[in-house]
Amino acid sequence: MTVTAERAAPRRVRPRRFGLLRHSLALGRRSLLKTLRTPEQLIDVTVQPLMFLVIFVFLLGGAVSGSTGAYLQFILPAMLAQVMLVASMSTGVNLNTDIDKGVFDRFRSLPIGRSAPLIGSVLGDFIRYLVATASMMGFGYLLGFRATNGFFAALAACVLTMVFSFCVSWVFVLFGMLARSPGSVQGLAFLVIFPLTFGTSMTAPKGTMPGWLQTWLNINPVERVMDANRALMLGGDATGPVLASLAWGAGFLLVFAPLAVRAYRRRA
Amino acid sequence: MTAPLGTLGPMTAFQAEGLVKRFGKTTALAGIDLSARQGSVLGVLGPNGAGKTTAVRILATLLSTDAGHATVAGFDVVRQAAQVRRAIGLTGQYASVDEDLTGRENIVLIARLLDLRSGEAKTRAAELLADFGLEEAADRKAKTYSGGMRRRLDLAASLVGRPDVIFLDEPTTGLDPAKRDDVWSIVRRLVGDGVTVLLTTQYLEEADALADDISVIDHGRVIAHGTPAELKHVVGGQTVLARPADPARTEQAAAILSRVAGRPADSPGRGVVSVPVEGDDAFTEIVTRLSAAGIAVTELSLHLPSLDEVFRTLTGREAA
Repeated sequence: MTVTAERAAPRRVRPRRFGLLRHSLALGRRSLLKTLRTPEQLIDVTVQPLMFLVIFVFLLGGAVSGSTGAYLQFILPAMLAQVMLVASMSTGVNLNTDIDKGVFDRFRSLPIGRSAPLIGSVLGDFIRYLVATASMMGFGYLLGFRATNGFFAALAACVLTMVFSFCVSWVFVLFGMLARSPGSVQGLAFLVIFPLTFGTSMTAPKGTMPGWLQTWLNINPVERVMDANRALMLGGDATGPVLASLAWGAGFLLVFAPLAVRAYRRRA
Repeated sequence: MTAPLGTLGPMTAFQAEGLVKRFGKTTALAGIDLSARQGSVLGVLGPNGAGKTTAVRILATLLSTDAGHATVAGFDVVRQAAQVRRAIGLTGQYASVDEDLTGRENIVLIARLLDLRSGEAKTRAAELLADFGLEEAADRKAKTYSGGMRRRLDLAASLVGRPDVIFLDEPTTGLDPAKRDDVWSIVRRLVGDGVTVLLTTQYLEEADALADDISVIDHGRVIAHGTPAELKHVVGGQTVLARPADPARTEQAAAILSRVAGRPADSPGRGVVSVPVEGDDAFTEIVTRLSAAGIAVTELSLHLPSLDEVFRTLTGREAA
């Protein structure tokens, strides 16, 4: 018997428009629900950064800025970027945990865009950025931080940081697709995160650093975000660093999102 | 059995020809052919590692092939993967449900991914949850479900899109007999609705109970194909087992079994006798003669050969 079937009368729903967007949002909602039901997953964007903030401010504040209050003003806008990038890392780790479970097989067997499960996870993790921002800014405010440039400029800094982290998270999604275990995703991701976030003027002014390090700071895209945050929250010309941050973000997205989707397709 | 509307006569629901798949140096499939008519059940029988799951994953568009080709619902699994995905439902070996979501959320998510509108998705979810006896548990996290409930949720999730072809990869592995019967009756109902089923299993009994045709596979090859009756014939029919109520009459019962079967009876345990039989009348004949001789039995059963026995017969060696 080699006759193939003419399609049976269509009993199923016809494909609707904007499929990729709708499917990604539905899957994003899934990640969001999962995160909200296991709130301990949010420790790395709540308790941990606050601990670091306290340590840095009280340990180094006097030495670097002369007072803890001045240092808090200096470090917080930059540390916001550091915390968000660390938060974006876990998208890759979680995907690596999830992907070999049966539920991803089911997603693969559905008529949805190949990239939808990945986009969904990345979108769902926006909750992590929101929580990280809220806890950093809230706790910072309690410690005495004041955004002297106005509320909306400070909000713009938060949004910029989220957008940038969203773009960079595709690097970690790619790691998540390529690595064998969640642990190796984390190890690999830290290798990238440390030079990017600590090789900046986050903890100390650029002028105090040796020349080669200053050269790295001039290249480092995360330094642009930190500059932008400081300008937006404390005053100064923000245009240059904001545009540079957005350009870098777009670059990360355009290069790494397609690579991550391709790696996801190959991994089966 | 009703064919889906718009079809004419028996047609092929899926067909795989010469599928080859290698993982590094391991050959998972060494040129396998599988096919099923619309509305029928193909049982794919084989031990662990025979290539059953690999074959299912290729047909379900999850895996590429190294050689050969396959069509499902008339569409090529490689070139027309999107159309194939609209026509299939897949249930994995492990229940592929999201444990952090409730049963209802699991189904609604799949429905939304299949482009049902929000209201329709909820209606469909309620329908399926009721159908599968999960109404009460619908709003509990799937994490809290028992193995049988998970399997039913998984089956329900694979039916959201009213698929023409459904792949059930060892749907009863790890279930106790009562839960297994649940799954069997679901499969029968699906077939009644005109759905074509590919069922992989390690149990000849399951294939015999559900399948119209069975392909036995081993080391990535089909080593036998036929109806359950044909296959049972090949592997030497079935075994009758009797346990007389009075142990003293075991000898007598053994004599009757031997006479009917035309070969000596075995005693696999104390007070139990068994004999392999061929043909459909032997069992009735044994019942009649035991009763005529006035031998009461506490146990009298007909067993299919186990997968081990099938393999011993077909390959001359033990199942891996």
